[in-house]
Amino acid sequence: MAKPGKSVILILALLLLAAIISNTAIGSTSISPDITTKILVTEIINGVLDITEKIFPSATAKILMANPFIEKTWTDSQEVIISDIRLPRVLLAALVGAALSTAGCAMQGLLKNPMADPYIIGMSSGAALGASLAFLLLLPVQLLSFIGAVITIFVVYNISKIGGKVPVDTLLLSGIAVGSLLAALTSLIIFISHSPHQIIFWLMGGLWTANWDKVKITSVMIIFGILVLYRFAWSLNVMLLGEEQAQYLGINIEQVKRYVLVLSALVTAAAVSVSGIIGFVGLIIPHIMRIIVGPDHRILFPASTLMGAVFLVLCDTFSRTIIDSVELPVGIVTAMFGAPFFIYLLRKRRQSLYA
Amino acid sequence: MLEIRDLSAGYGHRHVLEHISLKASEGEVVGIIGSNGSGKTTLLKTITKVLEPISGTVLIDGTNVNEMQSKEIAKKVAVVSQVISINFEFTVEDIVLMGRTPYIKGSETVEDINIVRDAMEKTNTLFLKDRLITQLSGGELQRVIIARAFAQNPKILLLDEPTSHLDITNQIDILNLIKNASRKGMVVVAVIHDLNLAAYYCDKICLLQDGKLISAGTPEQVLTSSNIERAFNITVKVIPNEITNSLYVIPVLEPLHDTLH
Repeated sequence: MAKPGKSVILILALLLLAAIISNTAIGSTSISPDITTKILVTEIINGVLDITEKIFPSATAKILMANPFIEKTWTDSQEVIISDIRLPRVLLAALVGAALSTAGCAMQGLLKNPMADPYIIGMSSGAALGASLAFLLLLPVQLLSFIGAVITIFVVYNISKIGGKVPVDTLLLSGIAVGSLLAALTSLIIFISHSPHQIIFWLMGGLWTANWDKVKITSVMIIFGILVLYRFAWSLNVMLLGEEQAQYLGINIEQVKRYVLVLSALVTAAAVSVSGIIGFVGLIIPHIMRIIVGPDHRILFPASTLMGAVFLVLCDTFSRTIIDSVELPVGIVTAMFGAPFFIYLLRKRRQSLYA
Repeated sequence: MLEIRDLSAGYGHRHVLEHISLKASEGEVVGIIGSNGSGKTTLLKTITKVLEPISGTVLIDGTNVNEMQSKEIAKKVAVVSQVISINFEFTVEDIVLMGRTPYIKGSETVEDINIVRDAMEKTNTLFLKDRLITQLSGGELQRVIIARAFAQNPKILLLDEPTSHLDITNQIDILNLIKNASRKGMVVVAVIHDLNLAAYYCDKICLLQDGKLISAGTPEQVLTSSNIERAFNITVKVIPNEITNSLYVIPVLEPLHDTLH
């Protein structure tokens, strides 16, 4: 079980790399993949040298003398398109996809509920309310949606807490209740707003506002959150046997719940704050990977992370290239591609189970 | 060694156990019997600190469990419940490896794997190691769960009706495994419903009724018809079982058919 799992991770990692390069090459201005790769490699070399220059100035000077750069065979405008427009967008798509898929995987494992996704306990509604308020009052959208999501999870967690324990059923139900309340408030804001289409577009989810600043801020939170979540892989495995069994094996289940919730909330809030509510990735990708690699979170987590990133990169490229000069909200694309594929997998699996 | 002193426990304001005291030593199989709802499972939960006692203490090798981390307790005490169903497609080896949870920091070591293999060998489950846990029979599954308990390297093994839902062959198979573990120095405390199996396998028996310990001692001392009638509210006859050299408890039922006469 563990061995094929590891090769799946390797394949997915290569797939992600290929997806990032090829999808940076694709766009309304066509730039060939080899030029794209050369620009990307040059960017990476420059980035690394920038860092080493600060730490080892003399050694860096020597490297610069040797001129490690690739000969420039591209135009300045090509370089701007690749490194300032497309690359941050593709990377942001990868980060958001990774975040939603990993958080969805964690929530499904924690709640032992196949319907769970990163939004299930009201985080998306909180983020949406924060964003709507920001649009209404002309405040920073990214910040308010982040705060909205974090406050929601905090409120839901504390509502569900009974005598120091948080039963997952109560968590789920109070999340749905709080989520409905916040969704109603969001609808109210849309109703009274002068420019409701802004809010509605945000709710559909999209990456058209991508820039390097957003990549930098979210990558710190998302990568940190995901890596710490991986540390709970084994505990989540054991908790799949039931909470009582897990306690008998020495797992502090309330602590695991708290950490997994907080970390999932962090990565989800970071993702939602830059992308709006992109549905489906966090629900479907973990299920697909569970069918392929099994329930062991030590493999399932990284597989979901990578596949989520690949999936959203592909969907985002599709959404920005399918219609000339118009961008579809990527949330529409994820559901349109994801749902039929998932239905296909469900059917296939059912046949093999009852064969 | 497991020692329970004047223990009371329950859920909220409802006391399920009242003033229980008992001792179990290495090499002993202690059976806990009593009707449904008499507090047997609650007792096991309190020993492992899954449920905090209202008053009284549980001592494991002289240390109060209240002063132990749940990880430390899991290194000393393993629990095997009734046959549970696992719906997730883990391999048998993964499930047994979960017994190493209190020891594993980061990822499992070669030593962990060796202990897991050893536990599977002892329980005759090594040949199942790559099978999915969802595909096992009830008897196989329970042997795997016992292998998981052995992988914890426990001093004390607690069993909660480990053989209910199993056929007679598997019941005996599982109880022999447990008896062997006890002979090798484990403290075994088992909740058992079948009084005859309890009489045969246990060195000591504790009889619970409504959360109180009404009798404790050897099977001969505890399994008297008056004790059983009091705890279970049925009429029984207890006769010596010469074949197994233990006792035989027979419920006295009214004949359903007169045709035999």
